[in-house]
Parts: sequence; C-alpha cells; structure tokens
Amino acid sequence: MLLAQLTEVNGAPGQEGEVRNLIREQIEPFVDEIKTDALGNLIAIKNPRAIGPKVMLAAHMDEVALMIVGIKNNGMLEFRPIGGIDPRVLVAKTVIVGKKKINGVIGAKPIHLQRPDEREKALSIQELYIDMGVKDKEEAKRLVSLGEIAYFTTKYEEFGEGKVKAKALDDRVGCALAIRLLQEDLSFPLIAAFTVQEEVGLRGAGVATYQIKPDLALILEGTTASDVPGTDEHKHATSLGKGPAITFMDRAVITHPPLVKELFALANEKNIPVQARRNTAGGTDAGQIQLTESGTKVAVIAVPCRYIHSPASVMSKKDYDGAYELIKHYLRCLEEREDFQ
Amino acid sequence: MDVKHFLRNLSESSGVSGYEQNITEQISTACTWADDMRRDKLGNLIMLKRGEGTKPKKKIMLAAHMDEIGLIITKVEKGGFLRFGTIGGFDQRVLLGQEVIVHGKTPSLGIIGAKPPHVQAHGEQNKAVKLEDLFIDLGYDTKEDAEKLVRIGDLVTLKREVIDLQSSLLAGKAFDDRAGVAAIFECFQILSTLHHEVDVYGVATVQEEVGLRGAVTSTYGIVPDLGIAIDVSFGDQPDLRESETIKLGNGPGIAIGPHVHPKVYDRMVKTAKEWNIKYSLDPSPSPGGTDAYAIQVVQAGVATILLSVPLRYMHTSIETIDYDDVKSTGKLMAMFIAGLNNEFVEGLTCF
Repeated sequence: MLLAQLTEVNGAPGQEGEVRNLIREQIEPFVDEIKTDALGNLIAIKNPRAIGPKVMLAAHMDEVALMIVGIKNNGMLEFRPIGGIDPRVLVAKTVIVGKKKINGVIGAKPIHLQRPDEREKALSIQELYIDMGVKDKEEAKRLVSLGEIAYFTTKYEEFGEGKVKAKALDDRVGCALAIRLLQEDLSFPLIAAFTVQEEVGLRGAGVATYQIKPDLALILEGTTASDVPGTDEHKHATSLGKGPAITFMDRAVITHPPLVKELFALANEKNIPVQARRNTAGGTDAGQIQLTESGTKVAVIAVPCRYIHSPASVMSKKDYDGAYELIKHYLRCLEEREDFQ
Repeated sequence: MDVKHFLRNLSESSGVSGYEQNITEQISTACTWADDMRRDKLGNLIMLKRGEGTKPKKKIMLAAHMDEIGLIITKVEKGGFLRFGTIGGFDQRVLLGQEVIVHGKTPSLGIIGAKPPHVQAHGEQNKAVKLEDLFIDLGYDTKEDAEKLVRIGDLVTLKREVIDLQSSLLAGKAFDDRAGVAAIFECFQILSTLHHEVDVYGVATVQEEVGLRGAVTSTYGIVPDLGIAIDVSFGDQPDLRESETIKLGNGPGIAIGPHVHPKVYDRMVKTAKEWNIKYSLDPSPSPGGTDAYAIQVVQAGVATILLSVPLRYMHTSIETIDYDDVKSTGKLMAMFIAGLNNEFVEGLTCF
C-alpha cells in the first residue's frame, strides 16, 4: 500500500533519499520527465509541451526526526530534534539510528526512584538519551557517527472506523496524494514537486518553484487536528472525518481568495465534504511558493492529522480520499476552462 | 527449548495483574520439565519438578511474577475517546504517544494522546501531561461506536514488539517480571541434566504489582523449606546513581537485606564463585517490593533469598535486559539447587 510504504521509509530534512527513491519508483510510469536539483527536490513533469495552465502540486518529503549530536562515555547518544518535536512524546519510545539502522530506545528513570515532584515536570531534551545497548563510547562510535539521524519506528496500521496510524503522515499523505494525482490523464502541463526541508523553514519549495514557474500551485499537506478531549471546540483547527481542510491563512501565507472560493464551490457541487482550517498557526511550503519570482497563486489542501510530529499520528482515510477526489475534480475543471490566465 | 524466544512471546502477550490467564496458558504449554502442574485459587501456576532424594524430601520454591502493570478504562467520552486509570505504578510521563492494546470485545489498537501543544497555555509544555488529561484514541467517531467495543473496566496493555539491541540486550514491555519466569525455565532446563535431591516448585505468581498477593497463597499451598524469588532490579542507567543500580551483563543481583536468609545468601555467593557465574551484590535496605518479602512470612516462616535480573527503564514499554543475565540467573539457581542437601536445609532454622 502506497501510504504504508511512504510512511515506513525515513527522511529527515536534508536526508530525504529513501523517500525520494520510493517516490521516483512510483511515479516513473506516469510522467514524462523527472529531475532533481541541488537541494534534492524531486520534480516530475507530465505533458511538458502541452498548452494550458501550468499547474504545480507540492508535497514535502521530509519529516521531523532526531539528530545525534553527542556520544557520552557510557555509549548513550545525545540528540536534538530537527523540526519541531515536543520532548514529552519521546519518552519510552523505540528508534532506529543512523545509516546502519541500529535499534535504540529512549530511556526514562523508573518511577520507583523518582521523587513525586519529578513526575510533574516534563523531561527536557537534554535529559533524554538513546540507549543502543552498547558498553561504551568506543562501541557506540563504531555504529553511529555524529550528525546521523534517529527515526521513530512506528508501523502503518489501519484501525478504528477508517483511521490510519503511522509516523510522518505530515507530509507523506501529501506525497501519496501527489503520486495518485500524477496518474490522472490530463491535457495540460502538470508538475509535482516533492520538496525537501519543509520542517526546518520551507527551504526546498521556493527553489523548486523557481524552476517550475507555475501558473498556480496546490500544496498538499497533513495538518494539525485538535479535535480531542481537553481542547475547546472553538480551538479545533481541523477535525478528523470532516473532509480535507482548506487554508485561508496561516503564519506564512494568505491563500489566493478566488482559488479558495472555487475549491469550496466545487466541493459543494461534487458533494465532497470539506472543512476550513480554523487556525492560523503554523506554515507550509505555500509560504515560499507564493513568493517565488513575481508570485504564484496558491491554495493549501490538507488532510487533518492528530498527534502530528509525534511517533504515532492518526488520520481518516475518508479525508485522504476526499482530498484526492476534490483535487482530481479541480484538475479536470481546469482542463475544461479555456479562459485560464 | 529456546527460552529466549519463549520470553519474547511472553513479553508481547497481555496479562495485567489479576488477569494473567493468557500468560498462564503459555507458560504451562511451554513447560516440558514438570512432573506435576497445578493452579491455585488466585491463579498461580505451580510447576513441580521432583527431586531424587529419599522421602521426606525438602521443598524449594522458585517464584517469579507473571503479571504486568496496565491500564483500566474508567470512562468512554464524547467522540469515542477513553479515559483510564492505572493498575500498578506508572509514571504519567511515559504514556504520551504510546500505542496500546485495548482489550474490549476484541483487542484493538489505541493511541494515548493529549491536547496538542499549540492549544496549550504558555509554560504548559514544561509540565508533564497529567494522567487525568491523557486519553486513548480508539479511532472511532462517536461515544456510541466506541461503546460497541469497549466498556468501563476493560483492560489496556502497552503495545510493544520486543526489539534486539546490541549484544544480547532486549527491549520490550513486561520483562518485569517475565524475565524471572524465563530464568526459572533456564533453571529447569539445566536441572533436567543434573542430579538434585530436593523437590523444586517453579511458581509463576499473580498480582505482584498490586501487593505481592499471589506469592502469599502459592507459598501457603507449597510450604517450602526455602524460597527463591526471582525479580528484576534497577539496571545501570545514566540518570540513576551507581549505588541504586546493578550492572547489565554482570549476572544476577544477589540481594542482601532483611528479606534474605544469611545462610542462604552465603551459600548462593559461594555457588556463584564455585561455578564462575558473574553476580552483583544488591543491598536492599527496604525489603518490600518483591515476592521474597511475602514468601518469607507465610505460615511458620520461610528462609528466602532474592535474585534479580538487572533491568533498565522499569515500568515502561522499553524495559531493557541482557538475556545473558537471565541465563546466568537460571544457571546459578540450578547449581545452587543441585548442591543442596537435607542437612543444609534443616540448618536454616538454627540460629
């Protein structure tokens, strides 16, 4: 299964190789050209010489992860997050470390030996370490080098009522959508950019867009869902099962209003449930894509995901399929429009 | 028999205190050395391997608890989310983001969540998420849907496949104290190739994590002359003082303290030295917390000792042990038992 494969490979910002290779393999039969650039963006072009609007789909390949920054004398590894990770989700988890893919665990002090007040305090990233089961620093150094990456080991699983549990749904779900959409038979130039380094400041997207020069760009994302106990309903950024979320605005972008309007209208016409993203926090590649050259019209279509940037995020297959349907219909509409400018 | 493989399966199976049935079945099926096997009313599994001495034979009991800590559903909320309490001691900080198995009508995957960081108040991220603010996401959309599967009182266990670390280290859940059960198996395996006079009762006890309860009733049923509890002890890890821990890979900890009979202790240490088995001394000024404490005061009292497999990150889903320590714990017990005679056992009441 596409999404299972995509979430079970690893790709920290700047080290997206495994993801890139998998995507390249998946899209090769459906596109006319594939290229990569100096940062590692993977750009796939369908119908390069066709007339009509040049439409860009963008999804980032990278995921939040942990970088090894130190090896202690006892062989334990010190790490820092690449991208935003709440250290509280790391305690007592398994990881896979470095190029050699060594198993490790993130340990914690046993409850029996804690003072009661310790349990009230979150463990900071400096207090956490990875244990590979080595005897000392020398043994650790034979297995791992500084700068290598530790990843969560979560397996893709479907559960509950049409839900999926996996790591890195942000943004492999966007990659999966782009891969599926590239299989559509369309008459205009469709370009998918699988971007790098989104999690450390939207670094790859601008570079990719500069090469593509699209007329419009759809950014495919996995976004925060906060429809969980303890969160007031008015603070639910998105909710699972209510369809893909469309962004009006976030920290980095005000999406192109006519485009957003069209998407909502189309969803309504085709009876596809959609929701507005009801929060302006965070940012996506749209922020860079809109600012490239003399500007690009952008919209963001995102699959709501609970517990993003943690070992196990959760999404609804309904929302994933809804996002696919909506974008597919939108692309078909574009094909029928002669006035596109 | 590959006891390590057996331990792997045992670790990945579910058996919260009071609900050890499934574990009991696995242990009794795998145990090929017992001449007799029975269960008492609390569910303790008692495996007897007869000795070759002349009657009345002395009885030695080996006890390791098979229960694990777990969670229990206390409420099904709007949206199908589950609230829970704990069975046994959990640090609330090790639960966030953890995958679990909810043992409802059918075992189902759940994920322990909390409200996301961006809706938390300033400063909240420096605090641990409180147990009462955590919930289990079962992937259902409504309370009604969730209730078709789950009821209040259903149990929840951590979901974790055992992983191999470097050398012979393993990480997983419930090695506390299924590693002890594996040590009994390792002991039986060696004993089956040796001559021993005493009857050996291997006991997989229940409900240790909620107050050493199974050890009480099983000891009463056996009335052993000597009891060895096998449990886990804090392994060396960077955030603990050296004096609080014993080292992984250095063999079992031999406890010394009020719950350990001095003569048994001396003989255990002597046996280890004689057979060149590595061990650590494990001073225990507060003797509670393991089955040895319960066994010691049953009926007219029992001479007891505690052996411990060193274990890091106790009561988390990534408890880490060195399997070599399980093997050497089994070997030490086997050699100790093979060397026992009536005279020594009778001397245990003479101070």
